[in-house]
This record gives sequence, structure tokens and C-alpha cells, in this order.
Amino acid sequence: MVFMFWLIAIITLGSALAMVLNKNIFRSALFMVVTFIGVAAMYVLLQADFLAAVQILVYAGAIAIFIVFGIMLTVRGNMKQTNLFSKNAALAGLVSLVLVVINAIMVLTSDWPVSEAAPPVETVGQIAELMLTKFIVPFEVVAVLLLVALLGAIIIAKEVKKTS
Amino acid sequence: MIEFSLNNAWLIPFLPAVAFALIVLVLRPLPRVSAFVSITCILISFIMAISIGIGVIQGGEKFVEEPFKKAVTWFSMSGLKIEMGFQIDPTSAMMLFVVTLVAALVQIYSIGYMHGDKGFSVFYAYLSLFAMSMLGLVIAPNLLQMFVFWELVGLCSYLLIGFWWYKYSAREAAKKAFITTRTGDFGLLMGILLLQIFFGTLDLQELAVRIPNFTEYGLTAGALTLIAAILFLGPIGKSGQFPLHVWLPDAMEGPTPVSALIHAATMVVAGVYLVGRTLFLFKTVPGAMAFVAFMGAFTALFAASIAITQTEMKKILAYSTVSQLGYMMLALGAGSLTASMFHLMTHAFFKALMFLGAGSVLHAMHNEADIWKYGGLKKYMPITYWTFLIGCLAIAGIFPFAGFFSKDLILEVVWANSTLSGHAHGPFQGLYTLLFIMASMTAMMTAFYMFRMFFICFHGELRDKHAHPHESPFSMAMPLVVLGILSVVGGWVGWPGLTEGKAFGYFVRMGEFEIVHANWTLIISSTVLALIGIGGAIAIYWKNAISHEELAKKFAPLYKLSFNKFYVDELYLWIIHNIIDGIGRALWWVDMHIVDGVVDGVAKTTKVLGSVFRRVQTGKMQHYALVLFAGVVVLVIIMSFADTSVASLSLLGGGR
Amino acid sequence: MIGLNHFLVFSGTLFCIGLFGALAKRSAIAILMGLEVMLTAVNINLVAISRYVTPEYLVGQVFAVFVIAVAAAEVAVGLALIVAIYRNRISVNVEDFDWLKW
Repeated sequence: MVFMFWLIAIITLGSALAMVLNKNIFRSALFMVVTFIGVAAMYVLLQADFLAAVQILVYAGAIAIFIVFGIMLTVRGNMKQTNLFSKNAALAGLVSLVLVVINAIMVLTSDWPVSEAAPPVETVGQIAELMLTKFIVPFEVVAVLLLVALLGAIIIAKEVKKTS
Repeated sequence: MIEFSLNNAWLIPFLPAVAFALIVLVLRPLPRVSAFVSITCILISFIMAISIGIGVIQGGEKFVEEPFKKAVTWFSMSGLKIEMGFQIDPTSAMMLFVVTLVAALVQIYSIGYMHGDKGFSVFYAYLSLFAMSMLGLVIAPNLLQMFVFWELVGLCSYLLIGFWWYKYSAREAAKKAFITTRTGDFGLLMGILLLQIFFGTLDLQELAVRIPNFTEYGLTAGALTLIAAILFLGPIGKSGQFPLHVWLPDAMEGPTPVSALIHAATMVVAGVYLVGRTLFLFKTVPGAMAFVAFMGAFTALFAASIAITQTEMKKILAYSTVSQLGYMMLALGAGSLTASMFHLMTHAFFKALMFLGAGSVLHAMHNEADIWKYGGLKKYMPITYWTFLIGCLAIAGIFPFAGFFSKDLILEVVWANSTLSGHAHGPFQGLYTLLFIMASMTAMMTAFYMFRMFFICFHGELRDKHAHPHESPFSMAMPLVVLGILSVVGGWVGWPGLTEGKAFGYFVRMGEFEIVHANWTLIISSTVLALIGIGGAIAIYWKNAISHEELAKKFAPLYKLSFNKFYVDELYLWIIHNIIDGIGRALWWVDMHIVDGVVDGVAKTTKVLGSVFRRVQTGKMQHYALVLFAGVVVLVIIMSFADTSVASLSLLGGGR
Repeated sequence: MIGLNHFLVFSGTLFCIGLFGALAKRSAIAILMGLEVMLTAVNINLVAISRYVTPEYLVGQVFAVFVIAVAAAEVAVGLALIVAIYRNRISVNVEDFDWLKW
């Protein structure tokens, strides 16, 4: 468990860093997929196996494909210099680094009300029950949201016909 | 009827207000109906005023001691309660009678005088508005209501002087009148505010109780004198006292009925009336009394000396009005409400009569103003001639005309205050002696200039050969006759020796009633003075025994001084052009460079800062996000270092 | 022993890496990728706290599912926007996009 955590954490964070630092946008996308899979593994460690599956399906599958499509539709020619830093990279790095430190300090100095109870073994059934009973309204709203996003994406991306 | 009128005295000003509203809103295109409505309303008011007068006379002592007052609260807060209502006592009843009478007569007169004028309806609307304002002023039970109506009559005066607005001189005169009286009104407002601040009330009866005990309210006699003097600025402006008299002669640019109504009989006496109403204030401090008396006497003499050389009928009458107003002030300054109000009443009769007569002459002579163009009008317009003669005799103070009684009463009260009487007391006896001499001289000069005008106009030959004078129509002649009769009999109410319940002085008075005894020295001397004046006028202007041109040459400097009204207008013009304009220019510089500099500076600073800070707005999402998170970092650092309390930690999400 | 703190620090660090990507990159698509990583990091937080603080309830996981759905919607719309902008500007470099100023 300890070993697994550290291994997954290092892989995930490393690939995330690689995603950010890589100058080739396509490779960045690939490292992003690795990061997502690492996160899915983390879910497994957290005994959220259903979520791990969803993570792989949605993030590593759908979203990664989306991103690759995006790259394909926009970036032309040489891929080598497609993912450069902007001028405010140094400042952004500083802010991010300080936030990491602050976050760590906050987390470590806080006293969490940790419960020792065992998590349920079977999660899918319970999640389904929650979603279709207590959270039925948000569930439906999210469904509508997805539909709207779909339509919106189509309309926005559609080529505007020049009107005379 | 009497009971009803007393209880509903507010109707008296309200009816003309109704007429005003009706004419302005509905009846303007119908001049005849407008005039009819206006006259009907003022006549009803007149009848109510008469019945109130009868009621007051029947009530006798009751009304003198305790005025009949009805009021509703206008607004109130702690320390300030203002009422609207009416207060009936003999003084206001007398004023109601005079104002409604003259207003009604003038409105009837105007049917003929304003006939064919394209502003006929509007003229009646203004007259009604004026009647409303003046009557409201008269019945006001407190100083604030009085002030409101005081300003309203000022407005009406402005509107009516400038009634023929297409004439440049009328416009200028209207502005001059308004601005000059406003100058005085500022003082009046200050005075009213001071009274409210120190005495905590503006109600006349309350003030009458409180002011004599002024030391209890933290005032010294000097301070109260100052307040009285400041308050007196209002009457100085409104009643044309020196040095704010300059507007009144110019106000003659308005239609003649307006001059008769507003600038002779009613509005200009508002100042006298106000001082009369607040006489308890002036009486408390002898210094203020002396001030009022001196201003009055000086104005009387000053204006009379100007009137001697003027060549326009209405101008002469205007200066005569100023002079007579000075007389009334003098009477108040001598402490006699009776004498002042008595003269106010008789003066309203004979001065309105003379103005209306002058209007009749102007009407006949097609608005030719110069009296040297007239002459021999006696045979063309007999009614005007005879009524005008009555007016002249009345103002000159010849027995038994109205002016004789009132003028003699004034002279007598001044006499009583001076060393001449031998039983006066107080520090200002010497001054009153001087004032008595001034008043007597004024009386003589009045007789002289009035008959000078009278003989030039009505006797001799008609000098303007192109004119075809004619007698005025009935609507104009009738008021002349009525006022003529009143100018004869109006003074008899003050006949010496009249006892309680009969004499004018029994009703309109402050303090104890004293039967007026005929002071034969005074009567004879004043009559002799008046006769000297008239005799001089006869000799110079009728019989031509002495050439008036040579007289003018002989006393050239004096003549010029008088003819040019002592250059007061020029002096004011000089002051305005040099001093006030200079101050204005200096302030303009301050405004341009300092005030505007500050304002422009603020704008410029904003502009510069804007041009600097607009660089912050790059329009790039990433920068905004970066600033946002940097802000989060900064906030967290500040909060974690500056304050470690639980509240701020929990705000950050940590702690317990 | 791996506890809640480990997961929280991990997710915070991942979040900051995503933030760095979102703030520091030129390409709009890279920024979108950074945003996705940030969202994922938040999900880890939700699940971890749900696991350690209230293990018997799965509400945190349900919430994470919703976040994933929203993230999917967001990336779809975001990419559509990028494509539309690219069509107008022939660029996905956010330094060229400064329409938010005067």
C-alpha cells in the first residue's frame, strides 16, 4: 500500500510535470493520458473502483481523444515547437510553487476528523442508488448539461457561412 | 354674516386665488369673462372685509386685547412649529378693508384703462394673484407666513411692472424693482431667522409676549437693536425707504392701475404694516425706534425734495409716495401705531385717487408723460380735475380733507416725543425735535409740488396742440369719485375728541387709548405751512408771478441735484460698475484659475492615472488568472502572518 | 501508513502542476489540458476526503462523477471555441488573443 502509493504518486506527478514541460504538444497529450491513468490508480487505492473505471473511460478515453482531435484540427506542420511557454511562465511557476507549499502546510497543520470505519466493499450499487434517488435532480441536470454542451460545441465549431 | 366672515377669513385671500387659477387655466381667451370673474371675487372679498370690519367695531375692546386667531399647523418639529392661518384684529381688519377696496376699485378702473390690451386677461390674473398675496400677508398670524406672502407680492410687483414686457424700460424697471427689494428681503429673512433662533417662535402674539423679556433669552439690548435693524431692512426695501427707494419711481413703467394699487396704496405699505405688526420689538429698544423714525423722516424730506423738480406726473406721484411712506415710518418710529395706520389708510385713498387720476390723464393724452405738454385739462376732463383737486388738498393736509387728520396726528406724536412738548423723556428727544422740523418742512414741500403739478396739468392753455383730450369712460370715472369721497371723509374717523368705541385710535393702537386733543398750535402752524406751499405754487405756476425758469437758474446747483434725484442711481451704477464688478472679476479669476484648476486637476490626474493603469488591462485571460492566483497567495500569506486567530484560519480552510 | 494527508498533498501538488500548465503555456490546447488536470486533482480530493472522513457514505464519489461529467462538457465546448477562434485567427496562441481590453 505504502509502496504502491509512492510509486503511483511519483508516476502521476512526473508525467504531469512532463506534460507541462514538454515542447511537443502531442507528447504533452500523451503524458496527460498517463497522468489520468495514474489518477485512476489512485482511485483504486482509495477503494473507489467504479470511479477509477469512469476516470479511465472519460478522461483517458474521451477527453484525451478530444484533445488529440483539437491538436489535429489546429496545429499544422512541425510539431516540435508547438507547446512553448509564454512570457509569464516564471511568475506562473513561482505562484504555483508557493501554492504547493502553502497547500502542504495547510493540510499538514490541520487536524482532520478521520473516521476508522471500513468503506463498503460494493460501491457501484450504492453510487447507483444515490444517483437515482437522492441525487436524481442533479443527475438529470448533468444529463441536460451534457446535451447542451454537445449542441453548443457543434454550433460554435460550425463554420460560419459568409452571408452576402 | 359677520360671524361667518370672521370664522372664514381665509376665504378673503382664497377667492382672488380662485379667480387667478380660473383665468390662468380656463378663461384666458375670454377677456370680458376674466374681468368679470376677477371683479366678482374681489367684490365678495370686499364685502367680507366690511363685515369683518363691522364685527371688529362691534367687538371693540375684545379684539384689541385678544386678536381672533385661527390656524392649522403647517409643519412642526421639535423647537419649530409653523402655522398657517389668519389673525383678525383691528389693524388687520382695517388693512383688509383698504386692500380689498382699492383692489376692487382698481380692477373696475382697469376695465376702461386696459381696454383693448392684448394681455387683458393676464392682467386680471396678475391683479387677482396680487390681491391674494397681499390679503394673505395682511392676515398672517406669524412672520413666516407673512414672509411667504411678502415674497409673493414682490413677485406680482415684478410681473406687473414688466407687464408691457416688450418695452425695454419696463423690463429693466421690473428687474430693478425685484432685485432692489430682494436686497432688503434678505435682511428681513435674516431678522426672522434670528427671532426664531432666539425666541423659538414666529407667532406674532407669542413674540409680543416674549420679546419684552428679551434678557431671559440671552440677549442684550444692543443685540436686540441689531436684530430689529436687520429686520427693518425688509421694510426699507419694500416700502421704498432711503437708500433702497430707487426702484419705486422706476416701477411707474407698469400700467397706471398697477401703480395705484401696488406702488401707492397696498404693496409698498406692506413694509409699514410689517413694522407695525412687530412694533413691540421696536418699542422694546428705543435705539431701534429712533432708527426707524430717522429713516422715515429723512426719506420723507429727501423724496419730497426730488419730487419738486420732476416733470413726469407718475414720477412725481412716486416720489410723493416714497415721501408719505417715510411719514408713516416716522409715525411708527415715534411709537404710534395709530398715527401710522391712520395715515396708511388715508394715504391709500388719496394716493390711489391721484394715481388713477394720473392714469385718466395719461389715457386722455395718449401716454404723453411730460407734464409740460399738458395744460388746461380742466375744461376737457372735469371729473378728473375735481377729484384730483381733492386728492391734492388731502395730501397737502388742508382741513377737512383726510390727509389733514392723519398728517397732523403724525406731527403730533413726533412733537410729543420731542423736547418741544416739554414732557418727553428718553435719550432721543433732541433727535425727535429735528425730525419734527424735517416733517414740517416735508409737509410744506408736499403741498408745493403737488399743486405745482396740479396747476401745470390742469390750468393754463393746452401746450400740446396735437392732443385731443377727453373725459374718461364711466368705469374709470366711478373709482375716482368713490376714492374722492373717501379722501374727504376718510379722515373724519380720527376727528380730535372722539371717545372710546368711536375713534380710529381706540381700535388700532398699541398700549393705552388716549383721546386725541386738538393741538391748536400744531394745527395752525401746519395749515399755514401747507398754505405757504400752495400759495407758492399758485404764484409760480398759475399766476406766473415768478418765472419758474429763472428760479431754476438762480438755484441751478440745487435744481440740478434735485432734478437728477441726488445722483443716487448714478452712485449705485458707479458702485456696481466699479466695486461689484471688480469683486466679480477677482472672483472670476479665482473661479477660473483656482476652482477650475482644482476641478481640471482632478480630471487630469484621473486621465494620467488611467493612461498608466490601462496597461494593466492586457485583455489576456492568462494574465487575469495569474493575478487571481497571485492574489490568493498574497492573501494567504498576509492572513497567516498577521492574524493567527481561529476565524482567519478557518477562512483559509485549515484549523479547527 | 498512507493517510488522508498524503492524498491531499498529492492532489494539491497535482492541482498546482495543472495550474502552472494553465498559466504558463502559450497554446490554448495546452491550457485546456492543464485545466483538465486541475479538475482531476480536485476529484482526488473529494474522493479522498469521502474515503477517510465518511467512509460509509459514497457522496464524495457521486460528486466526483458529476465533476467528471462537467469536465467532459467543458472540454467539448472549450475545444469547439478553440477551433472557432483558430478558424478566424489561424492561431491557438493565447498571446494573440487580447479581445478583453478596451
